[in-house]
Amino acid sequence: MTAIPVPALAPAPPVAAPAAPRHRFAMYWASACGGCDIAVLNVEGVLPLVDAHFDIVFWPAAVDAKYADLEAMPDASIDITLFSGGIRNSENEALARLLRRKSKLLVAFGSCAGEGCIPGLANLSPLSAVFEAAYDGPGTDNPEHVLPQPMWTAPEGELDLPLMAPLLRTLDQVVPVDYSVPGCPPESARIGEVLAFVVEALEGRAALPPVGSVLGAGHSTVCDECPRTRGVKHITSFRRIQDVSPIDPDLCLLEQGIPCNGPATRDGCAARCPLVGAPCIGCYGPADGVVDYGARLMSAFASVVDAQEPAEIEGILDGIADPVGQFYRFSLARSLLGGSRAARLGR
Amino acid sequence: MSVTAAPRPALAGDAAAPAASRFEPLIIGFTCNWCSYRAADLAGTARIKYPPNVRLVRLMCAGRLDPTFVLKAFAGGADAVMVTGCWPGDCHYREQNFKGLRRFLLLRRVITALGIEPGRLQLVWASAAEGDRLAHEIARIVEEVRALGPFEARERVTQAAALAVPVEATT
Repeated sequence: MTAIPVPALAPAPPVAAPAAPRHRFAMYWASACGGCDIAVLNVEGVLPLVDAHFDIVFWPAAVDAKYADLEAMPDASIDITLFSGGIRNSENEALARLLRRKSKLLVAFGSCAGEGCIPGLANLSPLSAVFEAAYDGPGTDNPEHVLPQPMWTAPEGELDLPLMAPLLRTLDQVVPVDYSVPGCPPESARIGEVLAFVVEALEGRAALPPVGSVLGAGHSTVCDECPRTRGVKHITSFRRIQDVSPIDPDLCLLEQGIPCNGPATRDGCAARCPLVGAPCIGCYGPADGVVDYGARLMSAFASVVDAQEPAEIEGILDGIADPVGQFYRFSLARSLLGGSRAARLGR
Repeated sequence: MSVTAAPRPALAGDAAAPAASRFEPLIIGFTCNWCSYRAADLAGTARIKYPPNVRLVRLMCAGRLDPTFVLKAFAGGADAVMVTGCWPGDCHYREQNFKGLRRFLLLRRVITALGIEPGRLQLVWASAAEGDRLAHEIARIVEEVRALGPFEARERVTQAAALAVPVEATT
């Protein structure tokens, strides 16, 4: 396999032990925006770390390698694969299975692979509606209503496109996954820590955590690392952040009636959004012990609504403009119901 | 894609149900230990008949209702979920039934947005003395859900998996 060498973005630090074994590293994007790849490429100090310890054997965003090259590799020959993106089509699924077979450690990297993330919100609509919106919707000039076909016969021969699945699935709904790294995308510092830890583990200086562990994040909630003051909450109205003025810079955002997803969201981001006055939207996914992210958050929000009369409660809940978007923005594909009934049933 | 639900395997409580092909909904009921669970007990000791479609799960209070329980019931094959608690003002824990009420109202919005008929999630207040009321409400809910038909959440991942394409097809 010929890989185009990655241009050195920063001088590589001197390698501690020149004779240290080289580990084989892969990264792949399935149904994702590419932000996770950018996050890894962007982390200061990570590329030198990767360069010093790993051979990049497959990473479509960074080096040139074909699927055939990957297929030709012996099974379990890649030490670690960071897999970003959910499983939306047959190509995503094929690569998930192939990379699972070729990799010793398969990591669901980022919110899409772990929970479905924003692409998972397409699980609110049946596939036909997704196609209509994407190829025949507002802003698209498609007078003949041409939709992608899985097979097309051209004079030069047969052309094929991946088949779309009716629902987006998370990586671990398709293949067994060893670890997950949450975030949309994972925070730079956390990525650096995870890769440094993986090097330690691959070289026998650290023990790998049990399969299924979450790496690069905490075990509590964003609230626990948020410096804002928390008191007893009595919510009498939910308001969107643009409708709140002034915003108290020191008080819990939820207490100010701004729907903030901190109470259900795993820590690890250092409460980056609440720190700058924006509510947590939940990209780090469910905290330890949470089965269904949205359910935990609904529980938290409903508990602090300060009303007992149904009509009054409903009036306050009206302030949550988009309940599914609020409670499942990142985790719909991973949720207990997995999507809307229309999407599940394809109608 | 087929939308017909597979026939539900026979459950112990179904023994009394008619053998005809009439749809028998499976309803999970989360009941408060202090009122409605005792109301169900009372209905039993008073020999008040109600349909056997409800499987009761005892909570200490309607305020203990975690929305996860409800979603898990739907994901696991329930056709509807009933939540019961003490009448407003009568809560054993002062006002926790209001917490249950708020969770119910919020959850109903979310499941509605996910395309689940609001009638599949019902809230009933019943005191420990109201065995007849609880039996009546259960009968009402069973008929309402029977009219709605089966809830098909069980088909979710299996359908997606059925459309999966083997590796060879695309590489």
